[in-house]
Amino acid sequence: MVPSDLRYTKDHEWVRVEGETATIGVTDFAAGQLGDVVFVDLPVVGRSVDQFATFGVVESVKAVSDLYAPVSGEVVDVNGNLATKPELVNSDPFGEGWMIRVEIGDAAQLGELLDAAAYEKLTAEA
Amino acid sequence: MAYGPHTPADREQMLAALGMDSVDDLFADIPERLRSSPLRLDPPEPEQLLMNRLAGLAGRNRVDLASFLGAGAYRHFSPPLVDQILLRGEWYTAYTPYQPEVSQGTLQSIYEYESLIAELLGLDVVSASHYDGAAATAEGALMTCRATQRGRVLVSRGVHPHYRDVLRTYFHGAGLHIEEIPLVGEGPTAGTTDLAELERRLGDTEHPVAGVVVAQPNFFGLLEPMADASNLAHAAGAQLVAVVEPVSLAVLAPPGAYGADIAAGEGQALGIPPQYGGPYLGILACTDPLVRQIPGRLVGMTTDVDGKRAYVMTLQAREQHIRREKAASNICTNQTLLALAASLWLAALGPHGLRDVAALGAARAAELEAALASVGVARVHAGAYLNEFAVRVPDAASVHNELLGRGVLAGLVLADAVPDEPGLADALLVCTTEVTTGDDIATFARELGAVLAESGAAAKAGQPVGARA
Repeated sequence: MVPSDLRYTKDHEWVRVEGETATIGVTDFAAGQLGDVVFVDLPVVGRSVDQFATFGVVESVKAVSDLYAPVSGEVVDVNGNLATKPELVNSDPFGEGWMIRVEIGDAAQLGELLDAAAYEKLTAEA
Repeated sequence: MAYGPHTPADREQMLAALGMDSVDDLFADIPERLRSSPLRLDPPEPEQLLMNRLAGLAGRNRVDLASFLGAGAYRHFSPPLVDQILLRGEWYTAYTPYQPEVSQGTLQSIYEYESLIAELLGLDVVSASHYDGAAATAEGALMTCRATQRGRVLVSRGVHPHYRDVLRTYFHGAGLHIEEIPLVGEGPTAGTTDLAELERRLGDTEHPVAGVVVAQPNFFGLLEPMADASNLAHAAGAQLVAVVEPVSLAVLAPPGAYGADIAAGEGQALGIPPQYGGPYLGILACTDPLVRQIPGRLVGMTTDVDGKRAYVMTLQAREQHIRREKAASNICTNQTLLALAASLWLAALGPHGLRDVAALGAARAAELEAALASVGVARVHAGAYLNEFAVRVPDAASVHNELLGRGVLAGLVLADAVPDEPGLADALLVCTTEVTTGDDIATFARELGAVLAESGAAAKAGQPVGARA
């Protein structure tokens, strides 16, 4: 079961919306597919990200994958803990393993994301 | 490792599988006018005649000159054991094998290279390796852009002009911006990077700077205030790329000591003979936080399942054979054989031997400065140098040419190398190393004095300088 209060991309990122701010991470499904995460490369605060464009890179022992932004906006916070504890992406993907927070540029973009049921259906088929 | 070339039958089979008639069909997407024209070669010659012809061409090389040419490539004595070990056939696979861990010997040699260079530079991570110093410098500048997520790099005009050309090539089209920092024009720091101007450019917060590239010693042989450049860069959130000459690091502070984030340099001086067009060796190193930004092979030491020492390629995910278009670099190769030569040379000399080489080169340079001064030829700049410096010589190009006829390669005509640098129209860049002899220096001073005396007399008589020959 994935958290029902989040929105999802087809590329397995999640977004939690609180007011104007969106917190972004990858799902437990993605973390499981990647295997042990050893490094997360994230943008600096102040940088703009575009919806569905890459905002960073996650590196596991077996693969390097791009991270795609669920919404456009300016990065206002980055999870610095991941620099020393990248394994948080595996152990707590929806919590301590969050990656960036952005100030949402266009709330209408949220409508293009999947809800929990649609995302679960997607991963069940994968 | 056996090398089997494609036979004509192999090619036919592959073309048949592709449904093509010729290899040229593979390039059909490239417009005709952009394709290389067929090589126009002379008809075959008997091997013996060809050898004679090549020997004749090689005979045109001047190996009789007392050479004072440096400017980025340096002559050093290489003990015969270096070449003897390099001759072993096991080394002659050009690249890191793509199933690398079966080749423990190759990996160990790369590990040794990285360890030696890391000790010399005082930095954490060394990659193996790059085409040459210019390519390594450009990669270092690109690293600062990735690490800071900024797109503007400041490069001192004290960096080798060829390196600056390569930097522009690498930055062109990448949406990145490169700016040159001028040199101080006059006074005790003339010829070194203008720190006031550097600080002013770093202060443009509208366009934050990713990296600052400064050479030590610089192209004119002068010692740069690297610690100051480092502090200025870091205060603006930028990184410092130090372009270094590795032999000098036996006596100069290593990049790690003055806070350089990245060091790049030409490894040729480490026992590889100067050769026109290479192959040379690009050194590139960085601090631990930048390890994922550095392109090239990294080899680590670990233990295998039986607890035995083993060497492995590490952090390969950054690399072009895995990440393709997102690799740290796609213009990167490993000059393994040259890296091995450098390792052998460093190991043969040891730390004390290397310090002797650097100190002797510097001592020879001081002798040269005195000898040239005795014939009225003075330095252009006032600042400290190690083993290379610029001297003021009227009509430098003609004098340089005249000296070739007298058995002296009088360094580099600076007006040719840096035509846009003010105040260097009449100057030669001269260099010594431990292979420079006292006789070489005496010959240079004597012949230079004679040429200047003659051209002075000719000038008085109203004749053009250099018309004697």
